[in-house]
Amino acid sequence: MGEYTTQELVSIFAMQGFAGISLFSVLLLMALGLAIIFGQMGVINMAHGEFMAVGAYTTYLLSAMSEKYFPGFIQYYFIFAIIFSFIIAGALGYLAEFALIRHLYKRPLDTLLATWGLSLIMQQAFRSIFGAREVSPTLPEWLLGSYQPTETIDIPLNGLFVLGLTAAVTLGVFILMYRSSWGLRVRATTQNRVMSGAVGINTKKIDRLTFALGCGIAGIAGAAFTTIASTGPTTGSLYIVDTFMVVVFGGAGSLLGTIASAFSIAQGQSILEFFISGSMAKVITLLTIVIFLMMRPEGLFASKVRK
Amino acid sequence: MNFIQERLLGGKNGMIGIAILAALIFIILPLSLDLFRLNLVGKYLTYAFAAVSLVLLWGYGGILSLGQGVFFGLGGYAMAMYLKLEASDPVSTKIQSTPGIPDFMDWNQLTELPWFWEPFNSFGFTTLAVILIPGVFAFIIGYSMFKRRVGGVYFAIITQIIALILTVLIVGQQGYTGGINGITDLKTLNGWDIRDDSSKYILYFINAILLFGVIFLSRYVLTSKFGRLLLAMKDKEDRVRFSGYDVSNFKIFVFVLSAMIAAIGGAMFTLQVGFMSPSFVGIVPSIEMVIFAAVGGRMSLIGVVYGTLLVNFGKTMFSETFPEFWLFLMGGLFIAVVMYFPNGLAGLWDKHGYKLTNCIKNLQCFNVVKAFVDSKRTSKVSTAND
Repeated sequence: MGEYTTQELVSIFAMQGFAGISLFSVLLLMALGLAIIFGQMGVINMAHGEFMAVGAYTTYLLSAMSEKYFPGFIQYYFIFAIIFSFIIAGALGYLAEFALIRHLYKRPLDTLLATWGLSLIMQQAFRSIFGAREVSPTLPEWLLGSYQPTETIDIPLNGLFVLGLTAAVTLGVFILMYRSSWGLRVRATTQNRVMSGAVGINTKKIDRLTFALGCGIAGIAGAAFTTIASTGPTTGSLYIVDTFMVVVFGGAGSLLGTIASAFSIAQGQSILEFFISGSMAKVITLLTIVIFLMMRPEGLFASKVRK
Repeated sequence: MNFIQERLLGGKNGMIGIAILAALIFIILPLSLDLFRLNLVGKYLTYAFAAVSLVLLWGYGGILSLGQGVFFGLGGYAMAMYLKLEASDPVSTKIQSTPGIPDFMDWNQLTELPWFWEPFNSFGFTTLAVILIPGVFAFIIGYSMFKRRVGGVYFAIITQIIALILTVLIVGQQGYTGGINGITDLKTLNGWDIRDDSSKYILYFINAILLFGVIFLSRYVLTSKFGRLLLAMKDKEDRVRFSGYDVSNFKIFVFVLSAMIAAIGGAMFTLQVGFMSPSFVGIVPSIEMVIFAAVGGRMSLIGVVYGTLLVNFGKTMFSETFPEFWLFLMGGLFIAVVMYFPNGLAGLWDKHGYKLTNCIKNLQCFNVVKAFVDSKRTSKVSTAND
């Protein structure tokens, strides 16, 4: 680092840090959904990345449609894209839970395999429908451009927007899980399924809605993702392992842990990437986390769940 | 004699199964396939090592590793490094700016052999390394995880992350590992050309013999007291622990053993295919190995060999004719096996196979067909189950 002046270093950290913020936002949105599902049901959803891709493709479709039929709408479609992504990914998640996951609750390792199969089918479906080429939606003008607080620092607007969206969704999840009666039922089911059933909570319905909610949030992550990078059939699978890592590193079932872990993974990787090659930055980040998990398997913030 | 029959072959039924598989691999396939196809079968059978290792680890131990590709790859890379050094002697690499080092190092401006390549000049070291490096690596992972009682899905995810790390590392460190192309252009093993026709046959049979050796070894382990404990652990881990056994040591042992078995497959893969690349190390091949085991039957050492052959034949066939269809089929297979046939082909055979054998034994086939036709003709619901 010797050849950089202090001021340059500050700018590098600020800009790489901000590039990390975009990654952080997508990772956090993905991980929120996965953490809810994993914490609630102990189910590992390997198809989670594909639910994100569903959101991304929904956004792309809406963009293409509004460009073709309602050119005036192009400034506003993105808001609807977020909502539609949530609804479509959530509905697909609801369907997947109904058809597949609910039969496998007693065999969590098998769920992992079944959802991997689901992810293969979804990937091929994307390829057959949208082609193998990567696509990206036309972004509305207000998402383009950048904000320059000083001469050397350049912060893209889409990153700021995605950060805001992530904050809103996280807040929404927090309120839903910790301040609503539905969230109370979800948390009760997580802590003691049998007892929750005994006091009259319909745990099966809770499971299905939780799964759908997790997938819906993955859909929002997909919509956010389109502002940062283009979407291909295998986009989801590229992010799935990182997302798992976020969930495990943060400690399953802890909202705060998930946020902290998404932040440290994204920032660590993004800042390291400036100094060493991208692949080595990834190796070092992953390795640090694996070693950390070997020493502290319960993750950053252990949840107090009675096993 | 009793020892061999009961412990290695698995009793009378096991003996029949082994004999049929041996006849298929040693006689039927070599006689009926041309060399190109037989070489493909040889390649598939190296995956069967990984599938057998998963029977021990996952079927009996209940520990799902999504990183068997790591050990397969480490074994394969160890062998490939030895063969590559042999192929890049100073005479045949004299056009390079630094003769005597592998070509990809020269392309990446390396001027001397990295230290960790040096020992791979020795065949003895390489043979040991094929088994020991994956074994030691598995021990480190297993020790740090199982001693802290990490298991289940956590273990699966962490092994998957390790598979990702290794792939990214191999692809990223091109000068030391050959990068995304892997280690290619392997020619001879101690002066013996591994690429001509006769050596391909010989390697196929060596591979098949090793595979049977591994199956016998696994059967021996599974029929021992350890095997019983392993099953007990899978069902009620706490109860085994409270009975005074150190569960984590058993888990570490079975993980290390399975890593070594997978690594032998990797080394044989390199010898038969003639190269090794990161695409056999990562997340996808590791999961495919799990599906081979799942299709064949995760509790059956013989079944997984059939599972491996069947899935791979299917993959080759479909990706030649309808490539876009293959992923749908593979995905459907995952779901169907997990949901409807958790014991795979072997489970189906155990459940329905006796009908076939009875049928052949008593020549009742005709009667069964007749009864079926009758029931159709009268369009009544047949109540006969058998």
